[in-house]
Amino acid sequence: MENQNNKGWLYLLPALLFLGAFMIYPLIDVFIYSFEEGYNSASQTFYGMGGYNYSYVLHDAYFLQALKNTFILVIITVPLSTGLALLISVALSSIKPLQELFQTVFFLPYVTNTLAVGLVFMILFKKTPYSDGLVNLLIRCFGGGSVDFIEGPYWAKMFVLCFYTVWVVMPFKILILTSALAGVNPVYYNAARVDGTGRTRMFFKITLPMISPMLFYLIITGFIGAFKAYSDAVALFGTNLNAAGMNTIVGYVYDMLYRDSGGYPSYASAAAIILFTIVLTITCINLLVSRKHVHYH
Amino acid sequence: MKIVLSHLTKKFPGRGRGNKKKEDVTAVNDFTFEIPDGTLVGLLGPSGCGKSTTLNLICGLQKPTEGQIFFDGEDVTSLTPQKRGVGMVFQNYALYPHLNVEQNIRFPLENLKGNDKLSKDEMRARVEEAAGLVQIGDLLDRKPAELSGGQQQRVSIARALVKLPRVLLLDEPLSNLDARLRLQTREEIRRIQKKTAITTIFVTHDQDEAMSISDLIVVMKDGLVQQIGKPQEVYDNPANLFVAKFLGTPPINLFEGKVENGCLLIGEETVLTLKNVPDRPVHVGIRPEGFILSENGSFTCRLSRPEVMGRDVSIVSIHPASQNPVIRSIVDAESCENLSGDSVRFALKPRKVFLFDQATGQRIPFETA
Ligand SMILES: Nc1ncnc2c1ncn2[C@@H]1O[C@H](COP(=O)(O)OP(=O)(O)OP(=O)(O)O)[C@@H](O)[C@H]1O
Ligand SMILES: [Mg+2]
Repeated sequence: MENQNNKGWLYLLPALLFLGAFMIYPLIDVFIYSFEEGYNSASQTFYGMGGYNYSYVLHDAYFLQALKNTFILVIITVPLSTGLALLISVALSSIKPLQELFQTVFFLPYVTNTLAVGLVFMILFKKTPYSDGLVNLLIRCFGGGSVDFIEGPYWAKMFVLCFYTVWVVMPFKILILTSALAGVNPVYYNAARVDGTGRTRMFFKITLPMISPMLFYLIITGFIGAFKAYSDAVALFGTNLNAAGMNTIVGYVYDMLYRDSGGYPSYASAAAIILFTIVLTITCINLLVSRKHVHYH
Repeated sequence: MKIVLSHLTKKFPGRGRGNKKKEDVTAVNDFTFEIPDGTLVGLLGPSGCGKSTTLNLICGLQKPTEGQIFFDGEDVTSLTPQKRGVGMVFQNYALYPHLNVEQNIRFPLENLKGNDKLSKDEMRARVEEAAGLVQIGDLLDRKPAELSGGQQQRVSIARALVKLPRVLLLDEPLSNLDARLRLQTREEIRRIQKKTAITTIFVTHDQDEAMSISDLIVVMKDGLVQQIGKPQEVYDNPANLFVAKFLGTPPINLFEGKVENGCLLIGEETVLTLKNVPDRPVHVGIRPEGFILSENGSFTCRLSRPEVMGRDVSIVSIHPASQNPVIRSIVDAESCENLSGDSVRFALKPRKVFLFDQATGQRIPFETA
């Protein structure tokens, strides 16, 4: 038995080494950085240990803006994209003809380059000297005033960012959910129909519990992904996100490391640790909630 | 409730391979049958003969290609399964894995709407009653995965019964159980059916099962009904070779034979003298209990061995005209005390001997002279 155990560890060793070198060690390092006050990257010295970095970050208007943006993004896009993906998958799996064609169409954005999608969004939303963008044309058709979605009011920019995020993450969710739906044994539906179950109840009492593990996986990864959002905002609003007021937490960390005055690794570390704590908390809450509502069989 | 099936036919579109023509699969072919109220019907036949399809048509999960279904005179052919009020026990039970036993049994009750809607207490009472009927009252908190096969099956029956269905359909409900549990549960099903008097159709490919508990049995083959009747009647009077072969353990013994001048010949021996049968070659079927050991019997076989089965003895013997490798005849233990040598002679009970047309397999009626 003892021997068996040792063998097991031996097999795990390469993976553990990698994890240690590229995950655990940097994490500890970042954690230590985040407490080093007054770090100077040129001389690689610091004054002492303490919580000042956290206090600075938490009082930094840019960070608070990024925090707010990230939370809005998460709260809107995760339920919306998951819900929409579920709706579309259910619709997809209930039609027989052309099902494969539609599946391909819905999956296309996934294999398309983010920047290409960004370009499409520019055409849709951006105001240029020559055109107002497709969406504004539509708005005007219905008698509304035109809106600058890229450089205009905050809500318009947030709308585009959410729209874009939902658009980008949906294909993968649809793919996962359609296969989860296809994996439900039809005998349960038959039993439920004979038992006199209506469509709505069938969905909530049979379909949802049956695909709950997949749904849960999508929600957890969705939360994590949305909290780590950055490149989407860059694709839409360019690299100077602080000026656009559309920065995200990861964007803030990145800026603190490389942008402008060229490096406050301590502040960046503190912000990163704050993000880490948030994601960890949310994931733990998710796991707790899932105990009751996710059915593995 | 009385169920009437009228010219019920179900065809599935065929899947042609290569340049073979796509031919429709006829799973159920022109099934007409009137099931009296409160009977237990055993639907019997080999794998793929259309038993499950018939049940699916009755419960509405599949639409018939032709024909109609009536429940108490009401045409339900186009009703959805939800509206038919049928209880069904599926071949693999189909218990909802995420719900515990109690929730599983309560599930159909929660679907009731309008006037039929039940209060929480009424539901609990009904669930407990159904659970009591199948004796699983102490398992209500378990998940299906934590139950044995027999327990799952009983939960499945309770779930089908709880809404007091007009019809109960059971699709090979015992196929996953061991021999003893099978015997026990089939008696249980019979008991419950008697008690509730719900018209029940019970699918099985095990003839013992069907014979022992059914009021009526239906024998099917390739979608066609072969014979309908009381189990004993069908056993004593099979309509054709298929039914005769399908029913009975040990199975019927078959021989090549011919009728000549009113004599039934197996090999060279005249085993029976008949009236009103024209000369022709025939299949002769003799039930194992149709043999009588007799010194001057007219039918001689080569003895291989007697097999003692307690009260009876099964005599295993060989005959050149036999279609089976061995002949099994069942006689009582006393009569074979002086069994010796390597041949054995039998007289035959005419009522246990059947003649079938060699081409069509249809039964040829005869009277002994
Ligand atoms: N959906 C379907 N599409 C095409 N053919 C089908 C379909 N369902 C059943 N069949 C065919 O119809 C025939 C009857 O099938 P059915 O399931 O009723 O058999 P069964 O008598 O229940 O057999 P078993 O004892 O093995 O359960 C079979 O030949 C089967 O291949
Ligand atoms: Mg079947």
